[in-house]
Amino acid sequence: MRFMLLFSRQGKLRLQKWYTATAERDKKKMVRELMQVVLARKPKMCSFLEWRDLKIVYKRYASLYFCCAVEEQDNELITLEVIHRFVELLDKYFGSVCELDIIFNFEKAYFILDEFLMGGEIQDTSKKSVLKAIEQADLLQEVSVLEPHLASLVSNFKDVNKLTTVVVLTVL
Amino acid sequence: MSPSVRLQEMIRVIRSARTQGEERGVIQRECAAIRAQFRQADNGGRSHNLAKLLYVHMLGYPAHFGQMECVRLIASPRYNEKRVGYLGAMMLLDENQDASLLITNSIKNDLAHSSQYVQSLALCTLACMGSAEMCRDLAPEIDRLLRASSSYIKKKATLCAVHIVRKVPELGELFTPAARALLAEKNHGVLHGAVILITELCERNAQTLVQFREAVPELVHIMRGLVTSGYSPEHTVAGISDPFLQVRILRLLRILGRNNDTASDAMNDLLAQVATNTDSSKTAGSAVLYETVLTVMDIKSESGLRVLAVNILGRFLLNNDRNIRYISMTSLQKIVSTDHNAVQRHRGTIVDCLKDQDASVKRRALELSLALVSAINIRSMMKELLLFLSTCPPELKSHAASGIFNAAERYSPSQRWHIDTILHVLITAGADVRDETVPNLIQLITNASQLHCYTVHKLYRALVADISQQPLVQVACWCIGEYGDSLLQGDCEETEPIQVTEDDILDALETVLQSHMSSPATRGFALTATMKLSTRITENVDRIRSIVSIYGSCMDVELQQRAVEYNALFKKYDHMRAAVLEKMPVMDRSSMGQTNGESGGGGVQELEPTKPKQPEMMVAPQPASQVGGGEGGGGHGF
Repeated sequence: MRFMLLFSRQGKLRLQKWYTATAERDKKKMVRELMQVVLARKPKMCSFLEWRDLKIVYKRYASLYFCCAVEEQDNELITLEVIHRFVELLDKYFGSVCELDIIFNFEKAYFILDEFLMGGEIQDTSKKSVLKAIEQADLLQEVSVLEPHLASLVSNFKDVNKLTTVVVLTVL
Repeated sequence: MSPSVRLQEMIRVIRSARTQGEERGVIQRECAAIRAQFRQADNGGRSHNLAKLLYVHMLGYPAHFGQMECVRLIASPRYNEKRVGYLGAMMLLDENQDASLLITNSIKNDLAHSSQYVQSLALCTLACMGSAEMCRDLAPEIDRLLRASSSYIKKKATLCAVHIVRKVPELGELFTPAARALLAEKNHGVLHGAVILITELCERNAQTLVQFREAVPELVHIMRGLVTSGYSPEHTVAGISDPFLQVRILRLLRILGRNNDTASDAMNDLLAQVATNTDSSKTAGSAVLYETVLTVMDIKSESGLRVLAVNILGRFLLNNDRNIRYISMTSLQKIVSTDHNAVQRHRGTIVDCLKDQDASVKRRALELSLALVSAINIRSMMKELLLFLSTCPPELKSHAASGIFNAAERYSPSQRWHIDTILHVLITAGADVRDETVPNLIQLITNASQLHCYTVHKLYRALVADISQQPLVQVACWCIGEYGDSLLQGDCEETEPIQVTEDDILDALETVLQSHMSSPATRGFALTATMKLSTRITENVDRIRSIVSIYGSCMDVELQQRAVEYNALFKKYDHMRAAVLEKMPVMDRSSMGQTNGESGGGGVQELEPTKPKQPEMMVAPQPASQVGGGEGGGGHGF
């Protein structure tokens, strides 16, 4: 996969992941052009199209277009499944995901994508496995955010309130 | 206080901006604040600031001042900061930025971190934006991780190795031993990555390819396990066991079996099994079947298997899902030259796809239909193709027209049919045909001497109906100039008789000459045709003389030159006029396009200048530079 784009029906970019080194200027141009081409397609049309020298696979989920550019030798049908799997992951994570979730939690959407795909290829074909890893990473993030506060709490109450420490730990 | 609140607040504010200007203002303020924060010492808010900057970057605003902050955050010991830092690196730093080298050391340290999630961040970032230099530096680390770590890390290290091999192919040798060992893994994620890695290694190094051919039995075994295994909640998608892994293995088998009988034999049974047992009612199954077909057609498979594969494609053609029909045609296109007869069996369905609503499907159907035209089916195919031409989308018209011409040239059952076909195309899609069409058609007509009468009648009728299609008008003028006498005779065996007087003909030509829709080249044709008629008709020679003399003062240099020369023919060289304006001889194919020193006579064709792709109406004025042969000498005119 060369890149993946998520954009709304109004042409607003919600996520972009590039797996090849491309100049910023070129990226902007390609995104603009591709959005135009895809948004012009009618609902019942084929999910595949040829654009420049790439194969484009796209699918619309509610108000968002998921669009991937793949190489000549890549299997378009399985790419559709990859897109679908990503949507399922987002859905499971956010609980009935909608565009607003992806707007306000874009960094989380990226974290999910980076746990699912690497260098444009699937890391793990098990949905459960990917979700579990993201859960663990989120937990680690929570801990690391609270860690400095935890350290100061412990140092303040270290004699008297082991109980407080335990309570704080449970809250985590 | 959750870290994301401030980010979300900013997002909310930006979204509530009512105009582009307002949004810009908000963002400028935020960026200024972020910049100031970056300059300060660690205040616990670094990761949210970077996250805010990344959001702004996604909206399209410049964010390069955040690059160094990414570098700093990546070096932080805290996971939440590393996470955002690495994300920023992937978004803002690519291998073309100098700052990207600065994170190499951090990545190296993080690759050896005690937490696998930190290792994961480093691996992901390296695989996303690692430059060749970074890859060289860190390849040994990746190799280490490939061999001795958890499945979680192994699967990521494998994909990182894939990226490294793509960037620096020579490093492939380093990973080959580890890749081989990974095939024994049970974890699907690792296996999937391993198969991709092996695919990349084999594609880049012929020796590695030979080495991995020995792994074919192992791959067949894994694949068989997948196909025969029952439902697994972790890996089953729409009834198919891990379609992603299956597709990958099939692709690797394709590469290994190509041009090699032993390897192809070893996978024959498996491919037959997959082809027959895979349920294609959903996309996942179709994806596997599709990959299977591609593999079967590319390796040295038995003929029975090939027939099976083509039949699968035929079944796909009838599928309700448009995507599947499209895929099917793409595949059929690849094999139409090698397995022509097999594909011919599905011609009917393919031709039906010409009528599909979707432009992508139409394009595929057109390509395939053109490839399937043969001497046997030319008449019926041409009917369909001409129908298609009249209704097809504009971007396909030119391609369709040339395809039709090629097909007609190779397989026409008769000259008359050929001429009819070309005329039909010129009438339906005249604006989209290529430049060589006019001279080609003229040559064709000249050589079909028994059809001159028929042709000129048809062309005259077409000309009178519509003078906007330039190629058609040019050919019509030329014919009328050459064979105007047949037109006047009125009767012709093959078409209905039509009463045409000399005035009618001259009216038609004059209309072309004067119309704003005619290009300069077309008017050149018309003028010359008018001139030629002076020897074919008897009563209105004076009218011709006056037309010619009017154009002697025309603004268009080319026309003026012609008119002056023709005038001279009338005045000083009247005795030569008949000889000069004689009928053209039959042209030899090989003398096409060569200029001939003599003026008039001989097989000299003028290729008209650049043919713009425009709809029927051509708006005057035409630029003078469009005129081709202004340099005089030979090379113009008849």
